[in-house]
Amino acid sequence: MVEHGDIRVVHRGGSKINSREPVVTNDSRFLLCASGERVKVFSTSTEECVHDLRGHTDLVTGVLLRPTNHLQVYSCSVDGTVRLWDFTDGILIKTYDIGYPVYAIYASANHEGVFFIVTPTQSDNRSELFQLVAVHLPQSGDQLVEAQELSAVLSNVSSNPAATGFGRGGEYIASAKGLHLEVYFFKKQKSYRFSLKEDNKKGGKNTLMCIACHPKDDCIATGHEDGKIRLWRNFNHKKEYTYTTLHWHHNAVSSLRFTPEGTNLLSGGLESVLVQWRYNQESERDFLPRLGSAITHIAVSPDGTLFCTSHSDNKITIIQSCVKVSAVIQGLVNGESVRTDLMVDPRSKSLVLNGKPGHLQFYSLQRDKLLYNLDIVQQEYIHELGLQQFEVVKVAFDAPGNWMATVEERKPKAAEPEINLKLWAFDEQTQSFVLNTTVSAPHEAQITSMCFSQAADGQTSMLVSASEDGHFKAWQLPRSACTEDEGPSWSCDFVGDYRGLAPQCCCFSADGSLLAVSFQEVVTVWSPASWELLTTLSQPPKAIRDLCFGRLGCSKYLMGTTASNLLCCWNLLTCSLEWSTSMDVSLLLSDPLTENMAAFCCQAESTDLFVFKPSEPRPVASLKAVCSGKVTRAVFAPREEMLESCEESSQWLNRSQLYFLTQHMDLMTFTTKAEEDRLAASSKQLFIDDSVAMTPFYLLLGKHRKQENQDSLTRLSAELMPLPRGSLAIKELLQSPAHVLPSTSVLCSMFVESLLVSVADGSEESKHAEEEMESEKEEEDSEGEMESRTPRPEPASPGLQSAESAAPALTKAQLKELRRVKKLDHGWLADLLLS
Amino acid sequence: MGEFKVHRVRFFDYMPAAIRAMAFNRRTERLALARADGALEIFNFADNYFQEKVIPGQDGRAVEALCWVGRRLFSAGLNGEITEYDLENLRPRYTVEAYGGPIWTISGNDQGTLLAVGCEDGTVKMFEVLEDRIQFQRNLDRQKGRIISLCWHPSASLIAIQLGPELLAQSSSEVVVWSIAFLSDHTIISGDSAGKVQIWDGLTGTLARTHLVTKWDVLALSVSQDESSLVAGTSEGTVVQFQFLSSTLDGQNKDWVRTRTFKNHSHDVRALVHTETAVVSGGMDTQLVVRPLLDKVEKNTQESAMRKMAFPHRSLVCCAKKAGLLLFQFPDHLELWRLGESDGHGDLPVKRKPEKLIQLKRKGEDHICCSALSPCGGWLAYSTVTSFRLYRLQNNTISITKVSKLPKDLRSAHQLCFSTDSSRLFASSINSSVVVVALNQPECKYLHTLKPKSGSREPVHLLFASEDGKWLATANTACEVQVYNLDKIKLHCTVPVYGSCPTAIAIHPTSSNLVVVHADQQIFEYSLVQKEYTEWSRRLQKQGLHSLWLERDTPITHVTFNPKHPAHIILHDMFMFCVIDQSLPLPEAKTRLFNQMILRSLPEPMRILHRHAFKMCKTFQNLMCVRLLEDHSLVVVERPLLDIMSQLPAPVRQKRFAT
Repeated sequence: MVEHGDIRVVHRGGSKINSREPVVTNDSRFLLCASGERVKVFSTSTEECVHDLRGHTDLVTGVLLRPTNHLQVYSCSVDGTVRLWDFTDGILIKTYDIGYPVYAIYASANHEGVFFIVTPTQSDNRSELFQLVAVHLPQSGDQLVEAQELSAVLSNVSSNPAATGFGRGGEYIASAKGLHLEVYFFKKQKSYRFSLKEDNKKGGKNTLMCIACHPKDDCIATGHEDGKIRLWRNFNHKKEYTYTTLHWHHNAVSSLRFTPEGTNLLSGGLESVLVQWRYNQESERDFLPRLGSAITHIAVSPDGTLFCTSHSDNKITIIQSCVKVSAVIQGLVNGESVRTDLMVDPRSKSLVLNGKPGHLQFYSLQRDKLLYNLDIVQQEYIHELGLQQFEVVKVAFDAPGNWMATVEERKPKAAEPEINLKLWAFDEQTQSFVLNTTVSAPHEAQITSMCFSQAADGQTSMLVSASEDGHFKAWQLPRSACTEDEGPSWSCDFVGDYRGLAPQCCCFSADGSLLAVSFQEVVTVWSPASWELLTTLSQPPKAIRDLCFGRLGCSKYLMGTTASNLLCCWNLLTCSLEWSTSMDVSLLLSDPLTENMAAFCCQAESTDLFVFKPSEPRPVASLKAVCSGKVTRAVFAPREEMLESCEESSQWLNRSQLYFLTQHMDLMTFTTKAEEDRLAASSKQLFIDDSVAMTPFYLLLGKHRKQENQDSLTRLSAELMPLPRGSLAIKELLQSPAHVLPSTSVLCSMFVESLLVSVADGSEESKHAEEEMESEKEEEDSEGEMESRTPRPEPASPGLQSAESAAPALTKAQLKELRRVKKLDHGWLADLLLS
Repeated sequence: MGEFKVHRVRFFDYMPAAIRAMAFNRRTERLALARADGALEIFNFADNYFQEKVIPGQDGRAVEALCWVGRRLFSAGLNGEITEYDLENLRPRYTVEAYGGPIWTISGNDQGTLLAVGCEDGTVKMFEVLEDRIQFQRNLDRQKGRIISLCWHPSASLIAIQLGPELLAQSSSEVVVWSIAFLSDHTIISGDSAGKVQIWDGLTGTLARTHLVTKWDVLALSVSQDESSLVAGTSEGTVVQFQFLSSTLDGQNKDWVRTRTFKNHSHDVRALVHTETAVVSGGMDTQLVVRPLLDKVEKNTQESAMRKMAFPHRSLVCCAKKAGLLLFQFPDHLELWRLGESDGHGDLPVKRKPEKLIQLKRKGEDHICCSALSPCGGWLAYSTVTSFRLYRLQNNTISITKVSKLPKDLRSAHQLCFSTDSSRLFASSINSSVVVVALNQPECKYLHTLKPKSGSREPVHLLFASEDGKWLATANTACEVQVYNLDKIKLHCTVPVYGSCPTAIAIHPTSSNLVVVHADQQIFEYSLVQKEYTEWSRRLQKQGLHSLWLERDTPITHVTFNPKHPAHIILHDMFMFCVIDQSLPLPEAKTRLFNQMILRSLPEPMRILHRHAFKMCKTFQNLMCVRLLEDHSLVVVERPLLDIMSQLPAPVRQKRFAT
């Protein structure tokens, strides 16, 4: 992505989890999938994200279990690296630097020390040609390895990872592109190429979409654009190859997969039906229908008990042996268009936008998890193309998050649009929104803008809606006029218009005392208390596109953009134009927590971002070429904890984060270097310098020996900062997963000791020998193995050792206490980890 | 190319009969095909799938199964008889009653010594094949139920087991095994009415594998000679291929795997043959389909093209040039029509509608094998296998009188032809001879018999009498073309024998050049005066015909000349008619053969540059006949395939997607 000094545009939260095929681990307990720049590890039973493997600096394009070690996983990325992870602990083991963007990765158990990647043929990123390259892994213990031994296997392959696959026993690799199927045999080093006609007389389209190889037989299944599946056999002959055609799908087959034993073939496509074909008995097939949306990928667990399907609505479904959906992992749904703006729910700080048809989704950006879907339309959605159905088009929240207003719209082709305005109250008990008022046909035409009064007291809420019918209406909740059995409901308080023009935008000032409504090129400013027109501001010649009041110290300013590429700033005290500048602002929005305003300007196919304060002529930050295309949706989301950034250019990101949707519906955000460092640090806490078998288990036990190898340097540094005594051990205890920890009986004493105040370090020299003896005693049985290991530097603090050395000198009371601790239930450890 | 006034005739209700059985002789590459009306057709697969011989059917003879023994062809039918055919005289040679009720199946062993037939009463009867007949040898043990299918083991020693009855006994009463195949490794494959193709181990009698192919019946099975491929025909009109493939590429653990599905028929596939390179199928929809297996043939060659044979490769229409009458030949009757008339040019208001003058029913059991109408429209003749009839027509009063006294030599004919002045009738007879009969007002008189010198016994299938009455050209299925001088009543010459069968012959009215078109689409012009190929013919052979011309898949069935333009040869096949202008240069290999539309768009000087000798017209499709009348109008008899399809019975109901 584009870099601007230390601010980067990144995928963070809400990224696609359906872009690549998910991977199920050997024990079927975890599911790994590429999600933006990370690899996420989900639990297949609880749907929770267990780990987040961070490290790549660009989109992850493939995840693959290491064939020789089922506890490790490769991931590849467009950033030109392939990384090897231990996914149970979330540790990065190795990084292979390829140097070219990698679009897919393949490996086979029969090709040891080699993996296969798909890279562009030219180093130029724009190139449309891709090749399959074998990468020989250098034998090196280093953490960062440069892989240089590349050899091309197939040229001109598809960049789609589903279009290539290993055959039985890794003897050959099959790749499909366009109308061609190419099979490369490694032993003979010969490739066979089979071509199909573009389309036949009956209108079938033969383009190959995906491929799957039978694990036991020499049979390749290919899925085609017209929904056919072909099973190729005898493909080591130029002419005598043969294929069987299966046809059930009526649309392109997007994914094919054989079960591990090869008894069944799974296929999926737009129909959102998982089809299971019996191998060699293809007339018998099973269906799992109603999976919600089109299937994009299918994965099968190595033991064959779980099937996973990725869906086009950013969802992964986990299916137990083709009969029952057992879990659904839902990501942020972003379809073709977000009709509602991006919104932030003030209570949950979650992102709110269109989700499933007729629903609003509440998506927690911090936890990167869909909180819930709220059914707004409350009507059955009919899966049929070309049918006009109700859609949620506008959402607004009031400042404390007690009320939410939604507008839904149905626009039949030759009739008046049907519009409903719904007001939802937040229910503390159920912790969700409950429908309070439904106003059918609140306006006669489309509602162009809607906002709540920003009144700080939160007592009287007011909603203003502007519509193309030339009116804007204020809606209020009457305070007194409510009966016992029914709560108060909203009603219209005021209808305003201005010269019969259609209002475009409306906006409340920060204190709620002013309402600005734009009517084409005129901005009218109203007082909501008395509903009188205070003043009009105008800046001809073109209509106003966006209106925005300043916040906090700049609340006297009203910002507006016009269709004639002008950004204007009016001073409401003098009712005059303060300044204006010429720029094509596609989106203007203000940060509710600071004085900053952000303007996205579209220039020459790419978008620039300017962050400024209305009172200052100089922009706070300007970022060029943030992304390609126009940005029309963005939102400031408040941070959970403030960032302390000292650099001036990134200070505007301290309190809130700016999210925006690109042309391709990717949710992007800005991140600063400090933030990245912090994230990296937190993910590296467990990570100790040596990569070989560095488990927490080793860390804890390994501390008992090798103390003699400690150089004076570490001792010195330990002496310099003795304050978090034992905190490392505690952290390790708390942060490493429970299943990799040694038994509690081993841990307990150390844990307790680490909490003790250590004796002064003065007697260290004399105790040295004693320690050594003890550790030798402990490890007598495993000595042979231990000695073969290389000595390693020990970062652990000497405080621990000294505490340990003091152990024999425990008082009776201390022993008692120890016993009590031992008896304690240690289940809380696990609880801590999972929370 | 010239302009013609065209009579577009669509009232010939030709309806081919359904294909019932097929047998392929691998040695001679001949396919024998039996139709539901009892007619037999022999196709020569080595010679561009040309329909060499047709043996007309007979009432009450429904052929259920066919079988080649060497070069001899046997058939068996539901009348309970086994028939051997005389392929030289195109008639049944003898029939033998099997005394077991209707016969459902017949099969000869590979050695050609025994014939086995399966009968309605559950017996399998063995016949010994003798030199000139077959003789009953013995009965096998009688089974319950009729025997629908049987198959010899390829090794066919006397102990060879026929498992037709056994399989039948196993299947329950509702399921009928329609067809079986017995492979040399003792695998038995059966296709049944439950839509399954089942593979059995013949030694242990156990079921090895079941493939559900269709919801309906599997009617026919055929195995390739190397036993690596199997095809099954179903009631849905599909042909499903199975291949004996190893599951891994190193070639062990072979298994029968369903591979391709061909859908070339709309109705039941009743008969199937798996040749070396192709799947030949035929059924209720009357078309014979040759579908090459693309893994066995070179791609993009003539061989790799699929062929559908819907029409016979001979003319069923006879046209009286002078009188404007058309004679349509059906198996059991003849129809005589008078063409309509129109005045004016361009798109024609019809002044007088075409009318059916006579419908003449044949006498006897045998179907009509050939017929002819004299050019003046005064004589009509037809022949069956056993009888010959000649009628005198009075056109004005529409009356028909049978000529009762016929010469003895004229008992039956394979082909009939009148001379241009309607004074002579030529009838091809046994041993390639031609009987010449003089037609006078009250009666007809035998003149003489013309015999070729070669002593060939093959039947003459083409006859052409020249316009000046001097020459008679004949062609027989042994590819010989003879020309007789009718003035001297002797053989004039024999055209050098070409390896492909002639499909049409004609003699030019003025230059006396004989034009012969062969089944492989080659055209020869032979000068009868010089007794050698003409200059044009040599040039044509030297340069070679255009590849598109050679790739056409129907033979030229008629050649005629345009009296206005002596250099024009008019010929037609099923999909086009063509005027060859001998005065123009021949098309080069790279030029476009079908260039009429392009020529029309070009300016005049360019047009001359791009002209070539072959001028093709594809306006008319599914042509049965194209003839030039005396008044230079063209008669085009079309029989749209859709009309044939619409007369077929309804196919089995199939659910189609999105209906």
